[in-house]
Amino acid sequence: MNRRDFLKSSTALSGALVIGFYLPAGGRAFAQAPAKMVYPPNAFLRIAKDNTVTVVVKHLEFGQGVQTSLPMLVCEELECDWTKVKTELAGSNPVYGNVFMGGFQITGGSSSVANSFDQMRLVGAQARTMLIQAAATQWKVKPETLKAENGFVVGGGKKASFGSLADAAMKLPLPEGVKLKEPGQWKLVGKPTRRLDAPDKVDGKTVFGIDVKRPNLHTAVVMHAPVFGAQVKSFNADKVKAIPGVTHVIEITSGVAVLGKGYWAAKTGRDALEIEWDIPPESATLSTERLRADYRAEAKKPNGAVVKAAANADALKGAAKTIVAEYEFPFLAHAAMEPLNCTVEAREGSAEIWAGTQMPSVDQAAAAKVLGLQPAQVKINTMTTGGGFGRRANPNSDWIVDACEIAKAAKVPVKLVWSREDDIRGGYYRPMYVHRAEIGLDAQGNILGWNLDIVGQSILAGTPFESMMVKGGVDATSVEGTADTKYEIPNLAVKLHTVALPVPALWWRSVGHTHTAYVMETLIDEVAAASKQDPVEFRRKLLAKDAKFLAVLNLAAEKSGWGSALPPGRARGVAIVESFGTVCAQVAEVSLENGAPKVHRVTAAIDCGTVVNPLTVEAQVQSAIAYGLGAALYSELTLKQGGVVQSNFHDYRVLRLSDMPRVAVHVVPSGNKPSGVGEPGTPPIAPAVANALAALTGKRARVLPFANEKWA
Amino acid sequence: MAKFYVNGEAIQFNAAPDTPLLWAIRDHIGLTGTKFGCGMAQCGACTVHVNGEATRSCVTPVSAIEGKRVNTIEGLPDSPVTKAVRAAWLDKDVVQCGYCQPGQIMSATALLAKNPKPTDEQIDEAMSGNLCRCGTYQRIRDAVKTASASLGTKK
Ligand code: FES
Ligand code: FES
Repeated sequence: MNRRDFLKSSTALSGALVIGFYLPAGGRAFAQAPAKMVYPPNAFLRIAKDNTVTVVVKHLEFGQGVQTSLPMLVCEELECDWTKVKTELAGSNPVYGNVFMGGFQITGGSSSVANSFDQMRLVGAQARTMLIQAAATQWKVKPETLKAENGFVVGGGKKASFGSLADAAMKLPLPEGVKLKEPGQWKLVGKPTRRLDAPDKVDGKTVFGIDVKRPNLHTAVVMHAPVFGAQVKSFNADKVKAIPGVTHVIEITSGVAVLGKGYWAAKTGRDALEIEWDIPPESATLSTERLRADYRAEAKKPNGAVVKAAANADALKGAAKTIVAEYEFPFLAHAAMEPLNCTVEAREGSAEIWAGTQMPSVDQAAAAKVLGLQPAQVKINTMTTGGGFGRRANPNSDWIVDACEIAKAAKVPVKLVWSREDDIRGGYYRPMYVHRAEIGLDAQGNILGWNLDIVGQSILAGTPFESMMVKGGVDATSVEGTADTKYEIPNLAVKLHTVALPVPALWWRSVGHTHTAYVMETLIDEVAAASKQDPVEFRRKLLAKDAKFLAVLNLAAEKSGWGSALPPGRARGVAIVESFGTVCAQVAEVSLENGAPKVHRVTAAIDCGTVVNPLTVEAQVQSAIAYGLGAALYSELTLKQGGVVQSNFHDYRVLRLSDMPRVAVHVVPSGNKPSGVGEPGTPPIAPAVANALAALTGKRARVLPFANEKWA
Repeated sequence: MAKFYVNGEAIQFNAAPDTPLLWAIRDHIGLTGTKFGCGMAQCGACTVHVNGEATRSCVTPVSAIEGKRVNTIEGLPDSPVTKAVRAAWLDKDVVQCGYCQPGQIMSATALLAKNPKPTDEQIDEAMSGNLCRCGTYQRIRDAVKTASASLGTKK
């Protein structure tokens, strides 16, 4: 297949401008002129003589399964042999842009399968058409008399492998108006398909970013400021240099880097650093205690930016009953299993980077700026990655910039590695939030009005996304899931109070829904309880006009045995949330064990449109529940004198295997295009558990995590 | 200088004797299947076998393993337990990002080598020191049980 044709093929859908663009050959010729390129590999697909098909996966594989689901889409149309499919992760290049995100190369927003669904199928269909045409020309027959089957073109008693036809097919023009299969014709899409990347991961052979090996590679660790907003005043490296294996000590913008032969030497060197920090006074007094008081006071002020105004501003005045609830959500670190790392080789006039990143084009530009290069002179090798959850999509490219500054100054190949302590204390958190709600009910328990004030930092302020997603002082990610709720709530008023802090903020799996869904879903339960209505029945009433929500809610209720008797000491709770185009409902079954919440079962129902790989959907819903449940039960970062108290998994607790409930995932069949799967399972779990705990104990947890509450 | 064996090969380690085995394996010997996750025995990503025992290599200085046999994910013995665990891990499609999985498999193989028929509680106990931020726990439990069941039938 001809490379240019594949570029055309991708642009047909994405509209991305790729003129003058070409792919590097052998990973090093990216600064060469196109004229020198002979048969460069095409963008998404290569077919080899031995009939193996290599699919170039344009999204980062960090656990969500794109390295299997994207090839499934290509192969469905290509009609190749699934057992001969190989994959490769794409580097930074505009052709691999996210169709939903203006062509920016982003893995995020639960969009990987959704934005690739048409594009990858088209790539496969065009390739198949060209292979058939090549055979038709060779055999002097009409292409309509031939078909593609399991890696071969067959017809008229003849048979030729894709591999034998690939060269001829590559020279053909890109076919126009190729038709995609109807869902009823799918052989692979929709079928439970085991992961292509599993065997290497099971054998420990997969090379993650942290495993990169290069000649003369030095490991770097950075001592960052222990207080947010502080800067290096002076440092003494005498003791560091005496440590065997330490090679360099370098001051960079964010702190002091120590380089060594291997991590242990570098880390031991860092431990011996003596640094004096310049601490701004406002940072020195920063504490969770202070923020708690400030945020709660702020939530009562009338001056928030209006997200939504009530039709009747006086709706609460005649209420027979008023519910007033204040909620508090802590800072959260992503704590992906693989600590952040980045390998950089800065050369004369070019550079090469190895990293697991969700936004390679943003990082490429940031790296180029530090290294004094053009973005096109920086090649990013996207590495298989041990989780991200949003942390590896940083508009500031913090760890990439650090690594580039170090490599530039040290003039040697550098692998920057973060410790877990760096990760827990290094900022870019799900921000702390306080919500204050006042709900007025009439004597029958009907909602008269609902005021909500949200206080917290903006995730997007000061980033390139600000102009798109911060309007009228309202960061869309702070309030998603509130004013746009599908519940029919009369006189809903939402205000946002944005706070500026020196603590860097970032999106964390499911972003604003991490807190807004908790408030909405626990309050809906509380309103139902106030008038003694069943929580599922009450939701059905408020969602009566939304067939999608109702189907998901009903499936979760039915499969969980909602309403049936439970053993003594157990209770159920429900929550339903829409995020990333997907609706997910969960019913949690809980008890108290030794005075602490224990979640036994979770029944999840989800409508995520067309399912490409049912195993991925199941795994990602389990994953999202585990991630959200760990945070709800245990996770919390607290600030003291401008720094973070917690440092590692012993005090920043996350879910362990013994805490994992049995999760059953049920999918509502849908003929719609795929919507998000990676994140939508996270928002419902905390409120479902909280509602179950309230049913069990009568206590409504207003402050997360639940470990802060006395349950028995 | 510390001497020990990694996957059957004799190693003479010359760097600082307080170097954790994890970094000796990764940076000096160059085997990268053993992962760094926390450095303080909290996550299990670095789990290896030392004389057959599941051991957190991030808190085990090389000075403490003088003369001992270390096996990493790359050097698991070609035993029925290893085969059963690998097969079960693939059958249950356990992995997601995969970063924690070498550690999970080292813990699971150590468990089943000692106790081929663990109870649910014993599985929870043996596996709860291995964090998985992708939340593959349910499939890990299922895979350990599948592997255990297959060990019973084949012997
Ligand atoms: S790295 Fe050793 S237990 Fe986490
Ligand atoms: S599979 Fe990703 S951390 Fe376990």
